[in-house]
Amino acid sequence: MEIIVCIKQVPGTSKVQVDPVTGVLMRDGIDTKMNPYDLYALETAVRLREKHGGHVKVISMGPKQALDVIREAFMLGADEGLLVSDRKFAGADVLATSYALSQGIRKMGEFDMLLTGKQTTDGDTAQVGPEIAEYLEIPHISNVLKIIEVTNKSVTVEMDMPDTIELVKVTYPCLLSVEKDIFAPRLPSFKKKTETKDREIRIIGLNDMEDKDEKRYGLSGSPTQVERIFPPDDNVDKETWEGSGEELADRLSDKLKELKFI
Amino acid sequence: MGKLLIHQNLVNSEIAEKLIKLCPFGSIEYRDGNLDIDAGCKMCRICVKKGPNGVIEYVEEQAPKVDKMAYSGIAVYVDHWEGKIHPVTYELIGKAKDLAAKVSYPVYCVFLGYQIFESAEDLLFYGVDKVFIYDYKELEHFRIEPYTAAFEDFINIVKPSSILIGATTIGRSLAPRIAARFRTGLTADCTKLDIKDNSDLIQIRPAFGGNIMAQIITPNSRPQIATVRYKIMTAPKKTAKPSGEIVVCSMDTAKLDSDVEVLKVTKKAHEENISESEIIVVAGRGIKTKKDMALAYELAEVLGGNFAGTRPMVEAGWIDAKKQIGLSGRTVKPKLIITLGISGAVQFTAGMQSADFIFAINKDPKAAIFSVAHYALIGDIYEIVPRLIKNIKLIKGLIGEIPKYSAPSSMN
Repeated sequence: MEIIVCIKQVPGTSKVQVDPVTGVLMRDGIDTKMNPYDLYALETAVRLREKHGGHVKVISMGPKQALDVIREAFMLGADEGLLVSDRKFAGADVLATSYALSQGIRKMGEFDMLLTGKQTTDGDTAQVGPEIAEYLEIPHISNVLKIIEVTNKSVTVEMDMPDTIELVKVTYPCLLSVEKDIFAPRLPSFKKKTETKDREIRIIGLNDMEDKDEKRYGLSGSPTQVERIFPPDDNVDKETWEGSGEELADRLSDKLKELKFI
Repeated sequence: MGKLLIHQNLVNSEIAEKLIKLCPFGSIEYRDGNLDIDAGCKMCRICVKKGPNGVIEYVEEQAPKVDKMAYSGIAVYVDHWEGKIHPVTYELIGKAKDLAAKVSYPVYCVFLGYQIFESAEDLLFYGVDKVFIYDYKELEHFRIEPYTAAFEDFINIVKPSSILIGATTIGRSLAPRIAARFRTGLTADCTKLDIKDNSDLIQIRPAFGGNIMAQIITPNSRPQIATVRYKIMTAPKKTAKPSGEIVVCSMDTAKLDSDVEVLKVTKKAHEENISESEIIVVAGRGIKTKKDMALAYELAEVLGGNFAGTRPMVEAGWIDAKKQIGLSGRTVKPKLIITLGISGAVQFTAGMQSADFIFAINKDPKAAIFSVAHYALIGDIYEIVPRLIKNIKLIKGLIGEIPKYSAPSSMN
């Protein structure tokens, strides 16, 4: 069983603020961690390998600091890692990111399953997985709750839909986005940390890709453009109430009565 | 569309230091007299706009121009399960009509499924111009390849300028697939949509983890695709008479092949969904202990509403994930929402700010929640809520008649 897992380094905090005057992003330090949802995908991959043999490879995209999450993946049981890193990929939106990752995955050899987490905590969009699957021309299943059966040709999973749970069989190669709680992620192993500290991580850039057309990557390959960023709107019709707890409680119950909520 | 050029001849250590400090992503390096930008660059171009003049230059590249006139209409994907239409569809039709009116476009629906003709007729009561249906056995269950193929056929034939898709389980899986197939832009979870005279869709959504809003456009690609969550937009009123027409589409069924086989479909037990509640009491970190959650439960109970929580409450295990409001939880649009001790990160407010009446209680007068609240109550929930509950019971004539409320075990 050859499995590739997509992982991402995300900010350790969501406390990003924008200067309302200049529109400039203000970031406090550069505290980072592995996207928490990716831990479930990685755990799923490692458990499948433990049961069925094969290899678990991880891929990430980002600056050189993202090597840290690949090292972390080694401590959690991954066998190999690849980092897609090039300034030419800067400013990539979902489409250009998915394209660069799909090109990177093509350099990792044949695989049966490609696993991703449900979404990232910094983008929350859950779009990159399905776009990679499209570029690799393979089927994908989102919202995977459980792996039911694994054969040498296909995997059967439970997929979570709003009102139903569907038992679905898909043939390899395929992409699965797994839900949180599919398996409890293990803790990083100190033994593995020592064992893997010198393990080489391949870093590839534009010149290593099959498609070297600069226009398909980074800002140039991104159909969406951020026109502006701004702080959220204030509600203009606002009443501010101050006073003792009793006063506020009485005023609130009166108002709720007036509005016919009581 | 462009790239950054560094003019090394203008760089010295002082200038390099300024630029390194300026970059919000820590992506500028200075080594051996050479300034470099690494792969962490987000192309925000602050180094160009605010940096020492002319050191880093932004070079515009000519983007391939799309013929925007070749595309017209706003299309709405009809989200459904076995022909039962998800209400987000009607909300998107409402928004599509607003947008279409500004640029004199028609409004289309695209409906993929099996034995769906009757359901499609219902859409004609909401003021759409055409409903395109693909009715095939292969589309009975949602499977990604045939759904993408049918959607692709629709786009090739109709050439819609914009496509709105509900950010449901199906929409979140299907929309990116379509976007990648057409190599076009997709903006997820938009909270506001507008349109420019040149048909560019103005897509606004929370960004960078949720404390900032971003306005996003897709200026050189068509179709433009946006997803919107349930309970963000407003559904139009059902009309007395149907209008518009149903167009039954046919396509090459060989394209509807799939490597996915649906073996069994099990109905889930009915779950209470906070998205459907008209009155919601939400607990935040101002609640000090799990036991104190009873305050929120009881207030919700006496108001005849539901209770919910923020992401930290779910992470602490004080409340079930299905009760979470926010970008990573559910979006709600109740008539009344009362927030207890919630600071108001955009991650949360994006999931509730279209409520009709928002009452926020927080001790901190600077809490961000007050910028979305209609009524900002600066005070202590531990002083206000118990008396509020008593007052409500008095008004309802319940006092002394109901036993002290305790949370049933199913609530956790």
